[in-house]
Amino acid sequence: MRQFLLFIIIVLVGFTFIGRLFYLQVYSFNTQSLYEDNAIRKVYDYPKRGFVYDRNGKLLVGNQPSYDVMVIPREVKPLDTAEFCSLLKITKEQFIKTYDKAYRYSPRLPYVFIPHLSKEDYAVLQEKMRKYEGFYIQKRLLRDYQTAVGANVLGFIAEVTPSQIDKSPYYKMGDLIGKQGVELSYEEALRGVKGIKFIQKDRFNRDIGPYKEGKFDTLPKQGKDITITIDAKLQEYGEMLMQHKRGGIVAIEPSSGEILALVSAPSYNPNLLVGRKRSRNYTKLYNDTINLPLIDKSLLRVHEPGSPFKSLVALAALQEGVLNTQTSVSCTGVYRYGRRGTMGCHCGGGTRSLNLGIAKSCNSYFANAFRKTLDKYDDASHAMDIWSGHIKSFGLGQYLGTDLPIGKKGNIPDGAYYDKWYPDFNWGATTIISNAIGQGEVQVTPIHLANMTAAIANRGYYFTPHIIKNIEGEEIAKDFTTKHETSIDDVHFEPVVQGLFDVYNKGTAHFLQVPGIEICGKTGTAENFTIIDSTRTQLTDHSIFIAFAPKDNPKIAIAVFVENGYFGARFAGRIASLMIEQYLKGDISRKDLEHWILTHSLENEYAKPYSGQPFKINAQSQYQIIDFPEKPENNNQPVERQNQSITIPSNETNR
Amino acid sequence: MRQTDRYFKFDWITIVLFLLLVGFGWMNILSASHIGETIDYFDFSQPYGKQLIFILLTFLLIVVLLSIEAKFYERFSSVIYLIGLLSLAGLFIFGKNVNGATSWYGIGGMTIQPSEFAKAATALAVAKYISDMNTDIKSFKDQIRLCIIIALPAILVLLQNDAGSTLVYGSFFFVLYREGLPRIYLSIIVILGLISVAALKFGSLITIASASVLIFAFHFLRKKSPSIIQPIAMLLAAVIITFGVNFFYQKILQPHQQDRISLWLRLEKDPEKIEQMRRDILYNLYESEKAISAGGFNGKGFLEGTRTTGKFVPEQHTDYIFSTVGEEWGFLGSALVVIVFVLLLLRILRLAELQKSQFSRVYGYGVASILFFHFMINIGMVMGLIPTIGIPLPFFSYGGSGLWGFTILLFIFIKLDSNKINEW
Repeated sequence: MRQFLLFIIIVLVGFTFIGRLFYLQVYSFNTQSLYEDNAIRKVYDYPKRGFVYDRNGKLLVGNQPSYDVMVIPREVKPLDTAEFCSLLKITKEQFIKTYDKAYRYSPRLPYVFIPHLSKEDYAVLQEKMRKYEGFYIQKRLLRDYQTAVGANVLGFIAEVTPSQIDKSPYYKMGDLIGKQGVELSYEEALRGVKGIKFIQKDRFNRDIGPYKEGKFDTLPKQGKDITITIDAKLQEYGEMLMQHKRGGIVAIEPSSGEILALVSAPSYNPNLLVGRKRSRNYTKLYNDTINLPLIDKSLLRVHEPGSPFKSLVALAALQEGVLNTQTSVSCTGVYRYGRRGTMGCHCGGGTRSLNLGIAKSCNSYFANAFRKTLDKYDDASHAMDIWSGHIKSFGLGQYLGTDLPIGKKGNIPDGAYYDKWYPDFNWGATTIISNAIGQGEVQVTPIHLANMTAAIANRGYYFTPHIIKNIEGEEIAKDFTTKHETSIDDVHFEPVVQGLFDVYNKGTAHFLQVPGIEICGKTGTAENFTIIDSTRTQLTDHSIFIAFAPKDNPKIAIAVFVENGYFGARFAGRIASLMIEQYLKGDISRKDLEHWILTHSLENEYAKPYSGQPFKINAQSQYQIIDFPEKPENNNQPVERQNQSITIPSNETNR
Repeated sequence: MRQTDRYFKFDWITIVLFLLLVGFGWMNILSASHIGETIDYFDFSQPYGKQLIFILLTFLLIVVLLSIEAKFYERFSSVIYLIGLLSLAGLFIFGKNVNGATSWYGIGGMTIQPSEFAKAATALAVAKYISDMNTDIKSFKDQIRLCIIIALPAILVLLQNDAGSTLVYGSFFFVLYREGLPRIYLSIIVILGLISVAALKFGSLITIASASVLIFAFHFLRKKSPSIIQPIAMLLAAVIITFGVNFFYQKILQPHQQDRISLWLRLEKDPEKIEQMRRDILYNLYESEKAISAGGFNGKGFLEGTRTTGKFVPEQHTDYIFSTVGEEWGFLGSALVVIVFVLLLLRILRLAELQKSQFSRVYGYGVASILFFHFMINIGMVMGLIPTIGIPLPFFSYGGSGLWGFTILLFIFIKLDSNKINEW
């Protein structure tokens, strides 16, 4: 027995060790790739981010180098601080404070000592840098916006968030990623693929050389340049016109679905989100909950379409055969329906044919057309489904599927929608008659309107609006080159187009004519309400306008939405005409329109709900006249407007 | 006697296992100590280059050891023991202090650690004393004398602040027990260990309470219960041990030793604090466990261990060499090393049992016990199973004195074993 004691213990210890090894190496082993191994430093080599050009080849977004002075505290040798501080343009106190911070962060790791040196400072410093051991200059690439406009389209880049890192293992802490606009939509093309170097560390976190002599290192792959469909000149002009107004402009080339301009106002200068002041500016923009400069109103502002919608009502009625070009309605200034229902009309009264109905925007005419369309079928719900189908075939009431990362569905009600509202199924055309004139339950965004206009301009089809024109060495998505047919037969478009043409000719927009261009358009004025102190309060109507030109073989379809601009022709119509002329002719002959737009501000309207005072709207409201801008040069405007934000008593802003 | 017979007498299984360990050990020293990508095997400024020299010299040493007559070791064991003692004592005058321990002689550019050789000398002396005709291990007088033989070098080593090596002398207990030491000593050691652990882990009160319950239950359940004095004495002993252990832990142990034990027994309950202790206080252990764990089933491959290359584990080529095996050779390689060690130990044990002379048997047992203690403490420590105690892994760890000490220890036994058929 005695001779077995040691024998047994040796065997037991052997088994215990193997068990422990199994626990450590097999049971609790987590696969360690080179990427996760914290004994290996991963140094990323960031490629050039792709450039962004406009449709005419103008560079919109490039890259600019930025130089940071870095420090590794333990490697710092005694230096001439006075000279160093004067080179960096800092005080000695700042030097000591930053150095302390860096040291507390880690004595061994690099720390940004001074971020974003100017090129001039860099040039001077670079030559003397070797004198200051422990300090070095690190180059980074930042975005360089060659334009002051289009912030909502171009978007911006910023550091990835932890949740994005979780989703895509490509990104590491501190990487930059597109956050809005094309930077987000085309992130993968623009960013390229970063290269990586593996470096062996020791336990003090110091580099001791390339891991396996760089066997696993990869080279960076340059980002691809992209061309977007935006016409920079038109975009810039649109943003200038929209100054001191809120809303959006969407211009589309009907024959291709390419977005020519996508203006959102108020906007901001994209250069605000680059460089040293980036985070301060971003916070400021983000916190501006009144002007919402970071929100793209052309894509996100949901509103009632107003009268432009009448053209679709007419098309649906024509398609359903309840209306023909000869059908006429006698308008008395008020449309009566049911027992007590009335709908006002300000077309002037008289006998209205389809053509005049559109040209004069006669409410009665379209209420009649809508009613007939729905009354064609016995079942209101079924009739509504059919009507809704026609309208939706123009892209309304759904996500358009653009290549911009944001969008809204809007709303085109169908039968089930009202069945839910009226559970006793006791509803019919007259119950929902407001839809006939683009009010009520129909809701759209400016880009929906522009797409609808493009479909009318094309006489029956549209291409999904898109922002991408060309990616270096890549085809653009098939979706954007596929025709989407509407459910309306081609023949029905001509009379409607003629009606829209007559809007300019003899209708609500006749004063907006541009010599030499045959424009078809439609004004829109949409009532709107807000809640002030728990009271539903009406505000000045929104000014809406759609247009396309030339009438035959159209080159541009546009939708303009100006918040609280009153009549459609007043603000939106003027802007649409000017935009069309600018795009087709390259310069402006209607200087009077331009002057009017640039000297009229709506900021007094926007201040009203926040004023705490009773206020008047629509016709009772006063124009706010402002000085004509010294130079209609747009370059710095968006920056300025940040500074002169609307003055509102601060206790009122949180309402 | 023909030439070939002389070679076949040696136990080649042991020798092959020895060569496996030395060779594989050197590969791991290379991994743990090389810098950069280029390896110059004969760069003697590097540990791996030096160790190569040590290994080559070891073969010379082996030839010498095996050439000496077997009788010489028995006859001169007392002299060897005395030389061993003197070399340890001499450290107090001529010793060189390295890392807080005065365990080295500096000769030229080299250092020699006599404690590595003293183990073999003590094993010889113990074997010699036990195998003496007049020795009766059951007698208390001889027990005391043996105890002194073992304790003398142990105390000298302890005084040089080398607590790890001191512990190794405890391995002679196995030898004495095998040779007939009364069973009561084994019981005392087991009970002492149990009470110590319980006292630290569960506190004095619970330990004493459960000890008294056990003692009295045992007493009253016994058929013939002689007197009440015996259980009371036992209880008294338990109380003294309990408070003694606590006193020892709190007052005598140095803070870093306290931390090691505290972590080992999980005295700290908060898992976050444990993690922090592992990182801060027991950095070596933390890193070595991580390195072993990083190896996984297959390991990262020879010279591919990133934690090894990055020198994340301090002292990796000496006491923590096993973590290199863990990272680069994975579960397969590490388990293999454990198995080779176990086979070597069992082989020595078996050979020892086969010896005709008591001297050879006791010495063989001593060799197995000493190697086993090193094996258990070193690998157990590197894997976090026992508190950190710095002693080398035989044949594996970097160091000339260690390698030669273990080689002498082992090959004297191989020589003795080869001589077993000869009449003395």
